[in-house]
This record gives sequence, C-alpha cells and structure tokens, in this order.
Amino acid sequence: METINYQNFRIQAENICVDYNGKVALYDANLRLKPGQICGLVGMNGAGKTTFFNALTGFVNISKGKIRINGESVRSAQKDQTIAYVPQNEGIDSQFPISVWDVVMMGRYGSMNIFRSPRESDVQAVKDAIERVDLTDHLSTPIGNLSGGQRKRTFLARAIAQRASILLLDEPFSGVDIRTEKLISELFIQFKNEGKTILLSTHDMIHVREFCDLVLLINKTVVAYGETSEVFTPENITTTFGGISPDFLLGPES
Amino acid sequence: MEFCYFLTLDSFITDPLTHDFMRKALLMSSLVAAVCGFLSSYLTLKGWALMGDAVSHSVMPGVVVAYALGLPFSLGAFIFGVGSVALIGFIKQKSRVKEDTVIGLVFTGFFALGIVLVSKIKSNIDLHSILFGSPLGISLSDVKQTIFISLLVVILLSIFRKDLMLYCFDPRHAKTVGINVFFLHYLLLTCLSLAAVVGLQSVGIILVVAMLITPGATAYLLTDKFDNMTVISVLSAIISSLIGIYVSFWFDLETGGSIVLAQTFIFLFAFLFAPRYGIFKLKKLFAGYK
Repeated sequence: METINYQNFRIQAENICVDYNGKVALYDANLRLKPGQICGLVGMNGAGKTTFFNALTGFVNISKGKIRINGESVRSAQKDQTIAYVPQNEGIDSQFPISVWDVVMMGRYGSMNIFRSPRESDVQAVKDAIERVDLTDHLSTPIGNLSGGQRKRTFLARAIAQRASILLLDEPFSGVDIRTEKLISELFIQFKNEGKTILLSTHDMIHVREFCDLVLLINKTVVAYGETSEVFTPENITTTFGGISPDFLLGPES
Repeated sequence: MEFCYFLTLDSFITDPLTHDFMRKALLMSSLVAAVCGFLSSYLTLKGWALMGDAVSHSVMPGVVVAYALGLPFSLGAFIFGVGSVALIGFIKQKSRVKEDTVIGLVFTGFFALGIVLVSKIKSNIDLHSILFGSPLGISLSDVKQTIFISLLVVILLSIFRKDLMLYCFDPRHAKTVGINVFFLHYLLLTCLSLAAVVGLQSVGIILVVAMLITPGATAYLLTDKFDNMTVISVLSAIISSLIGIYVSFWFDLETGGSIVLAQTFIFLFAFLFAPRYGIFKLKKLFAGYK
C-alpha cells in the first residue's frame, strides 16, 4: 500500500461520526479531496449531507474520527479562512435588513480587526468578488429584493471575497435562473483552475455528470466514493436512494 | 390638573421639568429606552422575543433575594436572568419537551418563585414598583446602577455590533471563519439580562419585554438597512418614553403602562403607514399623485 502524504489533501475526513443527542446522523464517513478537485455530494434528504458540511466547517462536533484540512485541525482552518460555506437559499433569512455589499463584506470579517472595520484591501476584495458574480449593479440592494439566483450569487461572492481554498456549496443550483446557473458553472471551472477544492451537494444528477470529477454517495454513511465515471452507476444510485430506480431519477440512459 | 395648562404646548412640556423627580424620570427612562432599543434590533432579528419575555420575568426572584440581602438588585437579577436561560437550554437538551414549552414553564416557575418570596420575606419591597416600574420614584443608588449598566451594555453592543449582526444573520458562516459563536450567544444573553434589569425600573417586570421587542419591530417595518434599523429603534424607544412620562404626568396614569402604550401606537402607525411594508404603503399612495 502506498504511503499517504496527508499534506497533499485539502480535505481529509477519516471515519467521522456525528450524532445529535444520541441520534446518529452520520457514521464511518470518509472523504479525501485534493486541490483542484470538484466532488459531488449526493444523497436523500436526511442522508447527512448538511451534517457532513457542518462537520467540515466545525459547526457541529464529530463524536468519532478525524478531520484534517490542509493537514491541520478544523479549528486552525477556521482561523486561516480556509473554508467557505455557501448556504442553501432556504437556509438564510431573506428578509434580514442587509445589502449585497454587507453580505459580501462578511466574507472578510474573519481576517479583520475586532471592530470589523474594512481596510482598503477588504473593500477591493469585496468589489472584485461582486464583479465576478455580476452583481455590480446591485451593491446596495437589500437581499430581500433580489431574485433567488442573485441571492445565490451574493453568497458565492462572499465565499470569493473570503479567498477560501475550499468551497462547500449546499444545493448551488436549486432555485436559480439559467443565467445564474451558467455563471456558477463558469466560476466552477475558474475555481478548479485556481486550484480550489469544491464539495457541492445536489439533487440534480445531470450536474454531477457535468461538473464533478468525483462523487460521494451517502446514506448516513458512504455508499460509494470515487471517480464519477466509475462510481456514479445506476446500481449505486439506486442503493443511495433506498431502492428507487435511477431511471426515475435520471431519465432513461442516453 | 387645570385644563388651562394645555393652552400652550410650551407649558405642557416645560411645567413637568420644574419637578426634580420628573427631570430624573425623563432622563433615566430615555437612557433605559435607548439601551433596550439598541438591543431590540438584535432580538427581533434573532427571533428572541420569547427569550426576552422569559429572561425579563425570570429576574424577579433575583431582585427579591438581592433586596433581602442588601445587595445591588441588578446583581441578583442578572444571576437569575442568565440562570433561567441556562436552565431552559439544559431541559431542552435533556428532554423531549419542545423549546417554547420549556421557555414558558421555566420563566413562569421563576416568576412564581419571586412572588412567593416577596410574600414570605415581607421586607419593605414594593411589589407594585417591581411589577409595574417606578420611574418617578427612582432612588439615587438606582440611578448610579442604571447609568453603569446602561453604559456597559452600550459599550458591549457597540464593540461587537457587526459580529452580533453576523451571528443573528448567519451563525454558520461566523463559525466557519473562526468567529466565536459561543461567546456571541452568551454576550447577547448577558446584554438581554442587563437590559431587562434596567428596563424593569421604567416599566416593570411584566412589561419590560415590550421595551425589548417593540422598538425593533417598528424599525424593521421602516427600513432595509441594519444601521438605520438600530437608529430608528433607539429613537422610537426614547420618544415613546418621553411621551409616556408626559402623558402619565398630565393625566395621572400609570407611567410604565403609558410608555409601553406609546410604543405600541408608534408600532401600529408604522404597521399601517410604513412606506414599503405598511398596509397602506404610503409610497404607492404618493406615487399616484406624481
């Protein structure tokens, strides 16, 4: 067996378990991702996708196992702004009185002083990020007045402004317009070329085939993990979704 | 009260100012209103109205015990305020009872304990002033305590203004970028307990929750910017206090109730006529005349 140099992995999760007050949400889950890899996280609702994200960001504690981010602990990954999390649209309060600019600026908070007063470099980072997601016309728009796609781009800009090397995206394509979908997929290719590592959860099987080098199928634990072309088979998908035929999920194979 | 007093607005405002107790009441209540109004933005956005209700009622036994032992009553109130939240969290985690039920049963339990203690201790505690507030009869030591606590809360909220906003908006992101969410949670709870303590002097334990949620709710209807929301919240709280105290002076009404009623009327006004979010959407009405 080849020796593994853990420094080579951006994300390394070994046999992690998460339980909420004794209720197991995820067990014996493994994941190893390198720079420049895009991995799809696929599973039913309640299969532990969000829990997996929460474990990687340190939002929940793991009860067993080990997580290394760039070979370091989750705690130091937080301090280094290594991981950015892009929430589902449903996961945020869209009526919160806050503008696009302020949301994206939150991406810089972790590296600011205690008063979170922006430096010139922070302002520039926010400007650039907003430009990359094509929201320059909406700098001071309250997020409540944005479309679903624009809101998704706002949070993507926050992740860009953070300059994180790992992006975790919860359902990045759900409820977005065609233009946003195209913009996000272009950004993914740019991120990949920049050497960022991306883990995204999705319900859309077509997106997995389109973007993801790797796929992680989970149902409380890992059902299958590997290259998309090898692992993303009808049999594995059926197992992941508790016996539902992949024809139903994917449409007939072309 | 002679009706000729109302002949000029000037005397309506200046006459009460000739009384020392009125000057003190107006100043102290404005200060307390400002503190509660500041915090109110965070509580309404975080959805902590019920938590505010719980903490403000739970401080009751703390106030009574502190009085009986001759300690500063803010200390007792603070301990019981934070204690109630800890107990709520503990019971919620260790049982299958739903959170709103736990909050309801814990704060009523604490409140009842306070009432029983008052009847047992039989000191010179004025139950009426604890329950309904006594801004007109505030003592010098209470003034000092109120100023100290108010400044403390304002300083804490000012320093962590943006972090608390982030905590209310997206705690997961806060955690991901290494911001101490646990600290912010307890900071907000601490400020809540302290604000409840100073607020109860103005309007009493029963109504102090109004000071903590109504100004924020009013401001929320009037703006889409967080900073503006804080300013509007503070201003509407101060104005309500001034109106309440003046009205209670001239018409001989319960002061705490008058202050809260003034807040409620301002909220209703915003609810009906707020430019964007009011029922009648004034903006649209005016747009028709362009």
